Amino acid sequence: MHSFDLALIWAFIIGFGVIMYVLMDGFDLGVGILFPFAPDEASRDVMMNSVAPVWDGNETWLVLGGAGLLAAFPLVYTILLPALYIGVFLLLAGLIFRGVAFEFRFKARTSRYLWNWAFAGGSTVASFAQGAVVGAYIQGFETANKVYVGGALDWLTPFTVLTGLGMLAGYALLGSTWLILKTEGELQDWAYRITTPLLATVLVVFGIVSVWTPFVNDMVRERWFSTIDVIWVLPVLALLCAFQIFRSVRRRFNGMPFVATMGLFIFTYLGLLVSRWPYVVPPNYTIWDASSAYDSQLFLLLGLLFVIPIILTYTAWTYWVFRGKVRAGEGYH
Amino acid sequence: MDLDPLLLSRIQFAFVVSFHAIFPVFTIGLASFIAVLEGLAFKTGNPVWRTLSGFWTRVFAVVFGMGVVSGIVMSFQFGTNWSNFAQASANFLGPVLSYEVLTAFFLEAAFLGVLLFGRDKVPAGVHLLAAVMVATGTLISTFWILAANSWMQTPAGVEMQNGMFHVTSWAEALFNPSFPYRFGHMVMASFLTGSFVVSGVSAWYLLRNREVEANRKALSMCLWLILVLAPAQVLIGDAHGLNTLEHQPYKVAAMEGNWETQSHVPLLLFALPDRESQSNLFEVGIPGLASLILKHDINGVVPGLRDIPRDEQPVVPVVFWSFRIMVAMGLMMVLFAILGLVLRRNGRYWKTPWFLQGLRFMSIAPFIAVETGWFVTETGRAPWLVYGMMTQAEAVTPSLTGAMALFTLIGYMVVYAAVFSAGLYYLMRVLYVGMEEHEEDYDSDRPARPLSAAHVPFEYGDDNAGSHHPSAPQGGN
Repeated sequence: MHSFDLALIWAFIIGFGVIMYVLMDGFDLGVGILFPFAPDEASRDVMMNSVAPVWDGNETWLVLGGAGLLAAFPLVYTILLPALYIGVFLLLAGLIFRGVAFEFRFKARTSRYLWNWAFAGGSTVASFAQGAVVGAYIQGFETANKVYVGGALDWLTPFTVLTGLGMLAGYALLGSTWLILKTEGELQDWAYRITTPLLATVLVVFGIVSVWTPFVNDMVRERWFSTIDVIWVLPVLALLCAFQIFRSVRRRFNGMPFVATMGLFIFTYLGLLVSRWPYVVPPNYTIWDASSAYDSQLFLLLGLLFVIPIILTYTAWTYWVFRGKVRAGEGYH
Repeated sequence: MDLDPLLLSRIQFAFVVSFHAIFPVFTIGLASFIAVLEGLAFKTGNPVWRTLSGFWTRVFAVVFGMGVVSGIVMSFQFGTNWSNFAQASANFLGPVLSYEVLTAFFLEAAFLGVLLFGRDKVPAGVHLLAAVMVATGTLISTFWILAANSWMQTPAGVEMQNGMFHVTSWAEALFNPSFPYRFGHMVMASFLTGSFVVSGVSAWYLLRNREVEANRKALSMCLWLILVLAPAQVLIGDAHGLNTLEHQPYKVAAMEGNWETQSHVPLLLFALPDRESQSNLFEVGIPGLASLILKHDINGVVPGLRDIPRDEQPVVPVVFWSFRIMVAMGLMMVLFAILGLVLRRNGRYWKTPWFLQGLRFMSIAPFIAVETGWFVTETGRAPWLVYGMMTQAEAVTPSLTGAMALFTLIGYMVVYAAVFSAGLYYLMRVLYVGMEEHEEDYDSDRPARPLSAAHVPFEYGDDNAGSHHPSAPQGGN
C-alpha cells in the first residue's frame, strides 16, 4: 500500500480551508448583516471600506473548498450538494448579489440604496444558509449506496433554522468586533455597544444547540457522554473566549474582542469536528469512504503545496497593507 | 405535465454555462491583445499604445470581474444537478477543475493586481511581464477547462472500477483525441472575439471622431489579426470536424442533417430535420459537397443517423441549425477580413462609414459563433455525457425533482438578469466615457479587486465629478 495516508492530509487541508473561510468571510459577511443597522450612511461607507480590499480574497477559500472537495472527497461533494440543493442556491445567489454590490455601490450615487440592500440582503441570506448547512451536518444525511436519497427540504428543520440564526449572530459578532478593531469614533462606539448583546445571543443559541444536539444525533450523544475525555476541553476554551470578549469590550480594548471571537469560532468548530470525526458525511461515511483515488489526491496535492503558500503570503500582505484604522472619507477606491 | 429533472437540469446547465462563457471568451483574447499593446508601448515608447492599453485594461477589469462572479456557480453545478457524474468522474475531473481554480487564483494573486493598478508603481518591464503572465494564465485556464470537456467528448486514459473512472494515464486523459482540435478552435475563437470587439469599438469611436489616432492604430492591428485568424479558424474548424467524424460520427451526421449512410452527401444550405420521419422535410443543398468536405472525396461515405436507434440520436434541428449559424458567422468574419484588406490599399479602412458600421455589428458575431459552436458540440453528443460511457440520464442527481430544478433554473435566471444587466450597463458606461485618463489618485499601490480598476461612475451625468470617491463627498466631512 501507499506509505502516506493522503486522506488524512486532505482532511487537514479541507478542514483548514473551511475554518479559514469561516473566519475570514465571516467578518465581512457580518459587516453586511450589520449594515442596515449602522448609525448613518457615512458609517456604512467606512464599514464597507474596512472590508473592501479583502473580501474577495476571503471568498477564494470557498471556491477552492468546492473544487478541492470534488477532487479529494467526491462523496462529500456529491451528497451534500444534492442534499442542500435549495440552500446552495440561496448561498450562491446571496454571495453574487453582495459581490456585485461591493463593486457598484462605490461607483453609484442615486442608485446607492439599491446596492445597500443587495449587500445587506445577500450577506444575510448567505450567512443563514451557511449556518443551516452546519445544522444539517449535525443532523446527518439520508443516504443509500453512496447517494443522497432524502427530500429537497430535509435540511430545513427547526434545528437548522436555529443554527442558521446562530450563524447570523456569530457572523454579526465577528463583524462588530472587526469594526471595533478597524474603526474609531462614533462607529466604534456603536460597535462596542452592540457587541455584548450579540455575544449574549450567540451564547444562548450555542447553548440551545449544544443541549439539542445529543437529541438530534445519537452518535454525538455517545461520544459526549460515554467517557469524560479531552472533548470537554473545547467548550471550556470557547467559554473562556466568550468571557474574554465580554471583559475586553468593557475595558474597550481594540484588538482583543476580535481575536477572542476568532477563538470562540475555532474552538466551537473543533468541537464540532471532534464530535463527528472521522465521519465526513454523517452518519454513514468516513473520510476514507469518501476519498477519491490515491493518484488523484496526490496529483492535486502537488499543485496545492505550491499555490497555497503563495495565496497565504498574498493574503497576509494584503492585510498588512491595509492595517490600521479606516477613517471616514479615506476610501481606498 | 410532469417536470422532468433531467431536461430542466440540461436547460439550467446550458443557461449558466452559456452566460458564463461570454465573459472568458472575450477576456482570453483581450488579455493577449493587452499584452501585445504593452509590448509595443515598451518597445516604441509611443504614448498611443499606452492609452490603448490603459483603456482596454479597464474594459478587461469589468469583464473579468463578471466572469469570476458567474463562474462561482459553475463549480457547484456538477454536484447539485449532476452528482452521479461528479461522483463517477471525480478522480479525473476533480483535480483538473481544481487546477483551473488554482491557476486563476495564482494569476489573480500574483499578477492581475500589478496589471490593473501597478502601471505607475512598478518598472515598465515588470508591468509588461504582468500583462504577459495574465495572458498566459488565461490560456492555462483554457487548457484545463478544455481538457475536461474534451475528455467528456472523447474519453481516454481511464478505466471504470466500481462505478468510478480511475485514471490510468494522466497524459492520455488530458491530451485525449479531440483535445488539440478543440483547444485550438477555442483559443482562435477567443482571439477572434477579442479582435472583433476591439475593432467594433474602435470603429464606433472613429465614427464619432474620438481619439482618432489611437483607434485607427487599434483597428489596423485588429484587421491584420483578423486577416490571419479568420481563415486559419476555418482550417482548424475543418480539422476539428474531421476529428469529430472519426470519434463522434453521429454528431457530424446531425450537423449535416444526414439520415442515411451514403456517398455523394449534399451540403445542405437549408433543411427541416424531422425526427418522426427520420428524414428532412425540405432541403436545399449542393450535391456531393459534404462528402467532399468530410472525406475529401465526392464518393466518400458519411454515416447517417438512421444507423443508431432514435433514442440515441441527438436533437438534430438544434445541432443542424446551430452549426449553420456558426459557419455563417465564420464566413462573415472572413468576408470582413477581406474587405479590410481591400480598403487598406488606399488607407480608406478607417474612414469608410459603411465598413465601420458593419464592424460595429460584427462585434457580436464571434459571441454568436462561440455559443452556437458550443451548442453543436454539447447537444450533438446527447444522449451521452461521457461519450460512449455514461449517459445524461445516468449522470443526473438521483434525488433531484423537477420542482427543485425548476426553482433554481428560474432563480438563476432572475439573479443573472439583475446582476448582469447592471454589469453590461456599466460596461457601456466604461465605453462611453472612453479613453481619456482621469487625473486622480487611485491609491494604486494597494491590492484591490478587478472591477475597481474601471474608475467610471455608475450613473450618467457625473463623469467629471471625481465621483469614484463617493465615500468622500465634496464639501462634506
